[in-house]
Amino acid sequence: MKKQFSTILFLFYLWLPFATGNTIVVCPTCEVETIADGVKLANECDTVLVKKGVYEENNILIEKNLTLLGEERPVIDGKNSGEIITVENKYFYIEGFRIQNVGRSYVEDRAGIRIRKSTQFTIRNNEFVEAFFAIYLQNSSKGLVENNLVMAQSQDEANSGNAIHAWYCSYLEIANNVVKGNRDGIYFEFVDNSLIHDNLSQNNIRYGLHFMFSDNDSYFNNEFVDNGAGVAVMYSKFISMKNNVFRENWGAASYGLLLKDIFDSEINYNKFARNTIGIFMETSNRLNIRENEFSENGWAFKMSGGNQTNILTKNNFLHNTFDLSVHSAGSDNTFNGNYWSDYAGYDLDKDGVGDVPHRPMKLFSYVVSSTPEAMVLLRSLFVDLLNFSEKVSPIFTPENVIDKTPLMDPLPVFGR
Amino acid sequence: MLKIFKYSFFDLVRSRWTYIYAGFYFLFTLGMLMLSSDLSKVVISSMNVVLILCPLIATMFGVMYYYNSREFTELLLSQPIKRTSIFTGQFLGLASSLSVSLLVGAGIPFLMFGVFGSDQAGNFMVLLFNGVVLSFIFAAISFFIALKNEDKIKGFGLAILVWLLLAVVYDGILLLGLSWFRDYPLEKASLIASVFNPIDLSRIMLLLKLDISALMSLTGAVYRKFLGSGTGIFVSVAVLLMWAIVPIFGIRKMCLRRDF
Repeated sequence: MKKQFSTILFLFYLWLPFATGNTIVVCPTCEVETIADGVKLANECDTVLVKKGVYEENNILIEKNLTLLGEERPVIDGKNSGEIITVENKYFYIEGFRIQNVGRSYVEDRAGIRIRKSTQFTIRNNEFVEAFFAIYLQNSSKGLVENNLVMAQSQDEANSGNAIHAWYCSYLEIANNVVKGNRDGIYFEFVDNSLIHDNLSQNNIRYGLHFMFSDNDSYFNNEFVDNGAGVAVMYSKFISMKNNVFRENWGAASYGLLLKDIFDSEINYNKFARNTIGIFMETSNRLNIRENEFSENGWAFKMSGGNQTNILTKNNFLHNTFDLSVHSAGSDNTFNGNYWSDYAGYDLDKDGVGDVPHRPMKLFSYVVSSTPEAMVLLRSLFVDLLNFSEKVSPIFTPENVIDKTPLMDPLPVFGR
Repeated sequence: MLKIFKYSFFDLVRSRWTYIYAGFYFLFTLGMLMLSSDLSKVVISSMNVVLILCPLIATMFGVMYYYNSREFTELLLSQPIKRTSIFTGQFLGLASSLSVSLLVGAGIPFLMFGVFGSDQAGNFMVLLFNGVVLSFIFAAISFFIALKNEDKIKGFGLAILVWLLLAVVYDGILLLGLSWFRDYPLEKASLIASVFNPIDLSRIMLLLKLDISALMSLTGAVYRKFLGSGTGIFVSVAVLLMWAIVPIFGIRKMCLRRDF
């Protein structure tokens, strides 16, 4: 259903720029010198074609249905004095601009392009530099945000904005964007039935992707690299997270993926490499976590309290400092059928499944979860001895944190 | 003193055990480097080995060397040589030969794999520095114990016990203490506690150098703040050197009073 919808949407987008009426040309030496004038002159469904040049403009309000095309990437410079384009209409198409210097504000969320109460909009092939909130979508639906580049040099959370910010939206498609150095790379709040795919989110000071109260969404083929705290998915249900790469989210409070109050979701075919915590999970139920690869993380998978009926299977755990850390026992989560690189059992009948159950939780990770300061003993001889003796005869680690059918060989990794 | 140092040093450097010791480091490091091309990983693995082996071997060697060269020591004592120079010279010869074994054994493979062209050069230097200092510390402690105890078995037992205390038991007690008082802020306390154990101190210095410090979150931040600062580096290096210097003074004092 979702696929069908996006195909129809796609065809619609293709048709949109060609279906307009007259064309109004804007250039520094033309009759119409500013984009604001061009928009004012345009009738419904016209195209405003902006030629190369630097346009120092703010607060361009677009309430008609129109197409805004940039030729040879014209620059709209806000001179740090306010929002640049605000759109409120039935449909809107913008392509080929460079939008810069929106200027930060502590009072309002200024945006490079704000789409407000609109439907059927496309934002394609634009560049945003120091745009505070680059693309701000609110109360809108059926939009495509594609091939945009958002660059910022944010210093701290308080005075920086999000690259792509969506609030109370539905049926969005965020694809092939590159967002770097913002507060949050992509921010979703109350956004349903949307797709986020093939984006690169890097060096953002808070989250690469921030996801709140948004249901029935899917994100896939994205890459989240070196963000302040990785990706946060909170208070949502029916989310599909597939084929993403989470790497180098490294720091004292960093995650690859933070899950809080997530229900009935799928986490498949993802790669978690060199994160402080690969997945951190809290009060999340009925998640299906399979065929992911966790390599060289501090903690590959950390479960806090209140998680139930989660299935962790067919994942590769490769050379993490701690593979698994579970805070409270007595849950019905299952951990069967994974590959653990530090599994030391044998397989007599050669069916690829180890004959001895594996306990992925080391005693030391149990100790550390109750006494974090004990981390100073990491890699000491005593701790190695402790882990060994616990492995031989488990006493402290939760009884049901066990892989009854550990795999002998790592599963083949998916394409990326 | 220099003459005796030179004599013991060359005597030890030519001994079979030194070759075996250096050979072990060489093979181990070479093997690790061949298995994994990631230098930082090899530095971590080598750290585990160096932190256990350097103190242990220095302890064993120290006691053994003292008892085995007893006749030679008695011969020297009959000559007009100062007692302190005899024992200090012997100790320095022992500790230096152990350090040379470590430097050559672990150093050559790393050099072969181009450690100085990589970003691990600093960590590698810290690793070797800690290994050398640990060798000196434990050689001094074991020499002191051997000097104090005429009885071979007692001396051996005590030396091994000290190693066991510092390498294993200390951490156990520390862990127990930490979990006992976990309702209190323990960052500073654990920092102070780890200063009192040279093995822990070197381990933490190395761990903070390597990227693992992020795992330590708050505790790591406190440690990093202290050990990363100028005074912190100065204090930790000074403490490590103190660990070597105090037993050396013990040796010098003891050998004056000792009746042979």
